[in-house]
Amino acid sequence: MGIRQNAKRVDAFQKVTGEAKYVEDLIPRDALYVKIVHSTIANGFVKSIDTSEAEKAPGVEMVLTCFDVPKHCYITAGHPLSLDPAHEDVKDKHILTSHVRYYGDDVAAVVADTPLHAQLAAELVRVEYEEHKPLLTPGDAINAPDVLHDIRPNNELSRMDFTIKDGKPTFGTAEFSTAPEIAGRADLVGEQFHTPPVNAVHLENHSCFAYMDGRKIVVYTCNQAPHTVRRNTANALGIPVGDVRVVKPYLGGGFGNKQDTVYEPLVALLTQRLGGRCVAHICTREETFINTRTRHAFDMNIVSQPDKDGKLLKKAVRINSNGGSYAAHGHAITAFAVTTYFQTYIAQDEQIGESSCAYTNLPTAAAMRGYGIPQIVYAMECQMDDVAREHGWDPIEFRRKNMHREGFVDPFSGFVVKSFGLDDCIQKGCELSNWKQKRAEYDAFNKTSKDLKKGLGMGLFAYKISVWPLSIENAACRIIMNEDGTAQIHIGAIELGQGADTAWAQIASEILTIPENRLTVISTQDTDIAPYDNGAYASRQTYVCGGAVRKAAEQMRDKLLDRASKLKNVPADDLCLDSEKIVTKSTGATVASIAEICAHYNFFNDGFTDTEHLTSEATYTLHDASFAYGVSFVDLEVDVPLGKVNLKKVWAVHDSGTLINPQLAEAQVHGGLVMGLGYALSEQMLFDPKTGKPLNNNLLDYKIPTAMDVPEIEVHFIETYEPSGPFGNKGLAEPPILAQAPAVRNAILHATGVPLYEIPMTPQRLVHAFRAAGLIED
Amino acid sequence: MQVVHFYVNGKPKELAVQDGEVLTDTLRNQLGLTSVKKGCEVGECGACTVLIDGHAQNSCLFLTTWAEGKHILTVEGLRSGCGELHPVQQAFIDEAAVQCGFCTPGFIMTGVELVNSGKKYTREELREAISGHLCRCTGYENILRALEKVVGIKS
Repeated sequence: MGIRQNAKRVDAFQKVTGEAKYVEDLIPRDALYVKIVHSTIANGFVKSIDTSEAEKAPGVEMVLTCFDVPKHCYITAGHPLSLDPAHEDVKDKHILTSHVRYYGDDVAAVVADTPLHAQLAAELVRVEYEEHKPLLTPGDAINAPDVLHDIRPNNELSRMDFTIKDGKPTFGTAEFSTAPEIAGRADLVGEQFHTPPVNAVHLENHSCFAYMDGRKIVVYTCNQAPHTVRRNTANALGIPVGDVRVVKPYLGGGFGNKQDTVYEPLVALLTQRLGGRCVAHICTREETFINTRTRHAFDMNIVSQPDKDGKLLKKAVRINSNGGSYAAHGHAITAFAVTTYFQTYIAQDEQIGESSCAYTNLPTAAAMRGYGIPQIVYAMECQMDDVAREHGWDPIEFRRKNMHREGFVDPFSGFVVKSFGLDDCIQKGCELSNWKQKRAEYDAFNKTSKDLKKGLGMGLFAYKISVWPLSIENAACRIIMNEDGTAQIHIGAIELGQGADTAWAQIASEILTIPENRLTVISTQDTDIAPYDNGAYASRQTYVCGGAVRKAAEQMRDKLLDRASKLKNVPADDLCLDSEKIVTKSTGATVASIAEICAHYNFFNDGFTDTEHLTSEATYTLHDASFAYGVSFVDLEVDVPLGKVNLKKVWAVHDSGTLINPQLAEAQVHGGLVMGLGYALSEQMLFDPKTGKPLNNNLLDYKIPTAMDVPEIEVHFIETYEPSGPFGNKGLAEPPILAQAPAVRNAILHATGVPLYEIPMTPQRLVHAFRAAGLIED
Repeated sequence: MQVVHFYVNGKPKELAVQDGEVLTDTLRNQLGLTSVKKGCEVGECGACTVLIDGHAQNSCLFLTTWAEGKHILTVEGLRSGCGELHPVQQAFIDEAAVQCGFCTPGFIMTGVELVNSGKKYTREELREAISGHLCRCTGYENILRALEKVVGIKS
């Protein structure tokens, strides 16, 4: 079938029949179960732990406390190894901790024969704490006398500060500040925006189990970066990387939240201490909310100053990011966000960025779909509307005047924009939503309608795909031909729901002419077998890993043509593949089938000729990047007295280059778009401001959209050709979330004239804002 | 322990279960029916949905002892004798309604309940019918399209 076709997912059959096995479905019958004793304070120290009652409880095999684990710290971020010490991830985690850094931190673990026995025994563990005041915000934490991690005595995990002049950044180090002035300048007083911590809410909770196989520890886990979790686990235990084997079976969604190493070192340590017996840890939903990862809460202060013609003169931003209890990705996400602010719209005179990520006593924030960009795009796109409104400009024309174009050179990584579909995305969004006419209609309607208001709003984004040059961008693929012309494809990169296995099969099919149903993409990554990969993140699976598949398939194609040429005495340069056959370019005559070549070279037995099992393996390195683009247009009504937003329709238009599978691409946008609507209107993790205790870590109180909350959605693509991607492709997985929150907010602004500066835009917040604006009378 | 007699995917079963055991665990751990997924264990996500005497229910909220004499249907019991997919399963494949697949079996069982009702549904009715299931990958759009294909009213 090949690319640009709606091939059916290679894993759909297994998933609709229940054949697909996820981690929890694979736990051996004789496994032991671990339950963790979580701290009941947010900040402080474990003074003592009494395990005597727990040890006597039925079924208990072991109680491990924070005083029994290796003393060294390890990295948890699911990043590739950086050989540059300046960009190394932070080692700040113990397997269990005596220094409690968030409410629910892991202080002890109980292993028993059943999950229930482990839970009951865990409740018998008595922990005595020295309690400190929780530091829940960057303002509370930074420069506080209470040090959360000795490696950062001021509780500031990272900073990135710069000024961009003539397209080049100059880096400096600013002081942490919460003042309205950016860089201490009275002419740069910004607008304050706030976004809350949110959770990925993949349906499969974090789960892992480990057992020993000789000297090796085998870890099954639902992790997005199997080779990295192998390295992090080996380092946490102080054993060779090759002594850990990580297996990733089918994975029930991750969205970045399964990129990091979470409980794999714990189960690995426990199996080691228990003579190799299998130990399983399955997070409850409540634990998945608190004990895995969240999206960073950002306080953003931003400035966009135009001249009278609508060209931006000055842009400035300060991000104070709440990194939570452990570093994970805090430094990288904050840096990605502050730099992205200067990639979409360009100011002529001055561009100043300041950013800080704090250690605080909240759960650890890390990667989640968009990696800091949903936050900054929200603030940036709200401000673009505010500035346009203040000056009486059309918000779209104002954006068009200032956004980057093809040929733009990214000031930070130096890559050049080679494909640019943003303008066409905007145009298409205007047509679909009937922008001009409907905005005017709604303006007229809102003049006379007091309690019901109508709005049409939009937002856009430019999202950098690939983490080059800061990190390595590489991937590997191996193709193994079978004697009947079918093939197995090993890829280190992973499928987590996004459809990558299918896209890779299509890329291989495109080159080898073998239909997808005669190719097997191995969906289970086993680090003992799979070639290396950095992991599923940064929307890189098709754009980068697809490049590895293309390279390996091209090598295999060339090998097949070469062997056919030798076998049949036909010049290789006159041969090509067509419908699983080797044919001559000049006459189209069939020389041999792929099957014949594979069988011949594998089994030919004349007594002396060497045989050959036809395989290819390639590592692909990308030294480039691209921008994916997109817009969201939102049509809504606001019930003013109730503060209720009724979404009527959302149009999303994306440029992700050339699509490998348009149907799956559209499906990807549906999911991201709806996640963005949840971010806009309903999702936030709440904590008691005095104790740091989580208040809504369950699916009843944390509101992700249900089918009834979702409006009609319509997705379109502007297909461009990106030369740095396989067959012109750019990434897509993260972008659909980005423009939704600002588009909803700008539609509410259009409807009511009330600007909002915080998400989620819940009825409570809207009612307060409408009362303050006089739309609701007391 | 109590002994429970019930039918699972058409076959009679006699099982000894703990008094407090929920049907999800019995189906998964004793019968190996791992299509019945655990996403929250408190009836919030719908991933463990099975048909109990034809009604879609969260098996995590249903004690196995309550299943005495009842007929339980899971995704494993949907395919015909020759292995052909149920129309709801096929529609989920055709409409790309499957992504990570973790919520899929639960949605399919609710879809089967709708098919068995013999009725046709509007999109709004379908939204309500699946509102007890959470999905984070699809935005529900292609799930609605799949169900419309099988039980939808053409608008």
